[in-house]
Amino acid sequence: MRTICFYFQVHQPFRLKPYRFFDIGEDHHYWDDFLNRNVIRKVAQKCYLPMNALLLDLIHQYNGKFKVAFSLSGTFLDQMEAYAPDVLESFQKLVATGQVELLNETYTHSLAALKSKEEFHALVKKHQDRIKELFNGYTPKVFRNTELIYSDQIGAMVAELGYEAVLTEGAKHVLGWKSPNYVYSNAIEPKLKVLLKNFLLSDDIAFRFSNKTWADYPLTTEKFVKWINAIPKEEQVLNLFMDYETFGEHQWAETGIFEFMRHLPDAVLNHSNFGFSTPSEVAANAAAVSKIHVPVPISWADEERDLTAWLGNDMQDEAFDRLYELEKLVKDLDDPEIKRDWGYLQTSDHFYYMCTKFFSDGSVHEYFSPYDTPYDAFINFMNVLSDFMLRVKQKKSELQS
Amino acid sequence: MKVLMFGWEFPPHISGGLGTACYGLVKGMNHHNQEVIFVVPKLWGDEEPLADFVNASDVRIDYREKRFKKFWKNLTYLEVSSFLVPYLGPEEFKKFTDYAIHDRTDVDESIFSNKFEFSGKYGKNLMEEVSRYALVAAQIARDKNSFDIIHAHDWLAFPAGIAAKEISGKPLVVHVHATEFDRSGETVNQPVYDIERAGMHAADHIVAVSQLTKNIIIRKYGIPASKVTVLHNAVLDASIIKSAYEKKVPEKIVTFLGRITFQKGPEYFVEAAKKVIDRDPNVRFVMAGSGDLLNRMIDRVAELRMATRFHFTGFLKGDDVDHMYAISDVYVMPSVSEPFGIAPLEAVRHNTPVIISKQSGVAEVLRNAIKVDFWDVDSMADAIFALLHYDGISRMFKELGSEELKKLKWEHVAAKLVTVYEKTLAERS
Repeated sequence: MRTICFYFQVHQPFRLKPYRFFDIGEDHHYWDDFLNRNVIRKVAQKCYLPMNALLLDLIHQYNGKFKVAFSLSGTFLDQMEAYAPDVLESFQKLVATGQVELLNETYTHSLAALKSKEEFHALVKKHQDRIKELFNGYTPKVFRNTELIYSDQIGAMVAELGYEAVLTEGAKHVLGWKSPNYVYSNAIEPKLKVLLKNFLLSDDIAFRFSNKTWADYPLTTEKFVKWINAIPKEEQVLNLFMDYETFGEHQWAETGIFEFMRHLPDAVLNHSNFGFSTPSEVAANAAAVSKIHVPVPISWADEERDLTAWLGNDMQDEAFDRLYELEKLVKDLDDPEIKRDWGYLQTSDHFYYMCTKFFSDGSVHEYFSPYDTPYDAFINFMNVLSDFMLRVKQKKSELQS
Repeated sequence: MKVLMFGWEFPPHISGGLGTACYGLVKGMNHHNQEVIFVVPKLWGDEEPLADFVNASDVRIDYREKRFKKFWKNLTYLEVSSFLVPYLGPEEFKKFTDYAIHDRTDVDESIFSNKFEFSGKYGKNLMEEVSRYALVAAQIARDKNSFDIIHAHDWLAFPAGIAAKEISGKPLVVHVHATEFDRSGETVNQPVYDIERAGMHAADHIVAVSQLTKNIIIRKYGIPASKVTVLHNAVLDASIIKSAYEKKVPEKIVTFLGRITFQKGPEYFVEAAKKVIDRDPNVRFVMAGSGDLLNRMIDRVAELRMATRFHFTGFLKGDDVDHMYAISDVYVMPSVSEPFGIAPLEAVRHNTPVIISKQSGVAEVLRNAIKVDFWDVDSMADAIFALLHYDGISRMFKELGSEELKKLKWEHVAAKLVTVYEKTLAERS
């Protein structure tokens, strides 16, 4: 059967508070608790709670025919526990239906896969344990790296950890003439299946849905089903991957996004030969058509679908390198607070805020950033990191004496 | 002696060093029982009563006076829609342009209205205010006949000084605190340069705040050396400041504090920092301030991979400035061109050894400081390293620096100024 695979990324970073030079050496609490709580509460009201309720309805209504997958980052889980236990409960209810799959990722939504295999493994393990703990022993079988960042090497690391499949972007420069609507396999470890995002149809929902200058505005379920029916018959899988905040936050309720989702399953199930599957079902049911070669890392960010949203300018590279230089020191210390802060500082968002690609995707970056400029983001992060380094050094000398 | 003095700002309402210098000078004149009529475009009412203040905004102009029309005609060429804002950082700039937009709407635009409400700031209508200020100066010079000499501070007040001289026939001394070359490098704003030059040529004598400034006056404005006297600035309070604020990091701190603009040479500080950090990673560098080169400096620091050792604080206000001085182990002022530069003296008051560029006027009065060429980043790095590591030299600079500071008194400057007046008057008669 041909199938649609919905996957939603749910992530919130621990944003840093304005941390001044004068705070270095004195203030060791880095997080903007007030802002972080406000964001979680706001998005909970606009998106998480209403959309979870809607998905629960749909799952009950279609009785096993409608299903979705989530990747809930560890920083999101922690903040949900602290600020929104009601949201956590609604996710637990969804998972308990058996129609919702949870994916694994690095605990702090970090870029560790690009730098340290050891830290990557540690963060994945931590995420796995936490999911188990919060979702009644649930063990994810499919992996989704931070922001769909993927390369042959990253895939090999994922395969080594025993996952069946990995999700990534159907980047044009990787696919060439090939279609994202097939299951592929990792170039190094062929047993790992690779699911590619169909970015055209995903972005029709995630980005263009409320764009009145778009030729196909407004998007209706009829229109969408017409498009999926136009996909060549032999193409089996349609991967619709997006931020969960698409529903109610990026696209406000007034745009009709909830109505669209409420009626989409009916339209798909009755007017096309597509069904719905989770990533692990897709991986189990379809054979890989070929290997996909991704020698250089790709992601789902920006027009370039590469790493330049997080790394590449001097500020980002400096912050990134200085942070990971501490790896051995942090691990030797084995101090829970130091370890936690080091993990939270790895969250990719901090590097995203330092991006200076103003012209094409700058406005998207700006939308997501709590800072006025990438320079402010860099200064703030480095002040925090400088304090963190002092703490690490101090702890180390305490241990030695 | 009675002096008719034209300034642009006076404490507590100041945005730059000019107001502070005028305050010190007037205070010094008071000490010697000299009478000063001090004119500013706008008085706020809370100025210390050190002089006979005249608020230019209150002066009624008698437009029947034919000579005034002549001035106006000569001055209207200044009314270019100029955006020039000397000595202002971006924060202040925004504040003042906002001020100009919101608070100036009630102004009667008629040239010969009786009164003109000055903003006394450096906003958008600066050129217009400068020329109207001259008109007011002419009126004042006619009304107050009892003064002996005219003294005008910086180009903003030069047209006023010229006008007062023409009306009264009394000699004019112009005081140069900064030139357009210090503010803008080689890309000078021509109208400003023209006013500066006109003021210097119309003056009977010129006072420069440093030998460095005197040299610029001679070389760039075509003034004979004999017509220029150097009177260095002084400090109002030379006492040592003991701050209770404590440093929270174990490393030593090297500080740059000022506007992050071309004139202040921030890039040389960054390059020197790199050289020091390469040799001794246990140092933190701090660049405090804001300005149009800030983002470029941040980029460069990131590029040099030293951002965990080099920090930016942004614009510092109030107590934070004192705290910054208090926790600094070395203060560096690498100015490319600094007519005087009062900040290193503040550092000395906090017992912080200083490194200053040879291209600053303050280098002429502060003997116990390390002086380097602003471009010589190797020497700068050497000096920073030495002050951080060799206690002997930094202790010596601390002690001698504060001794030296005590000699920099405004009453000494005022006494010298009186002899300049006397000489000028003598040459006249």
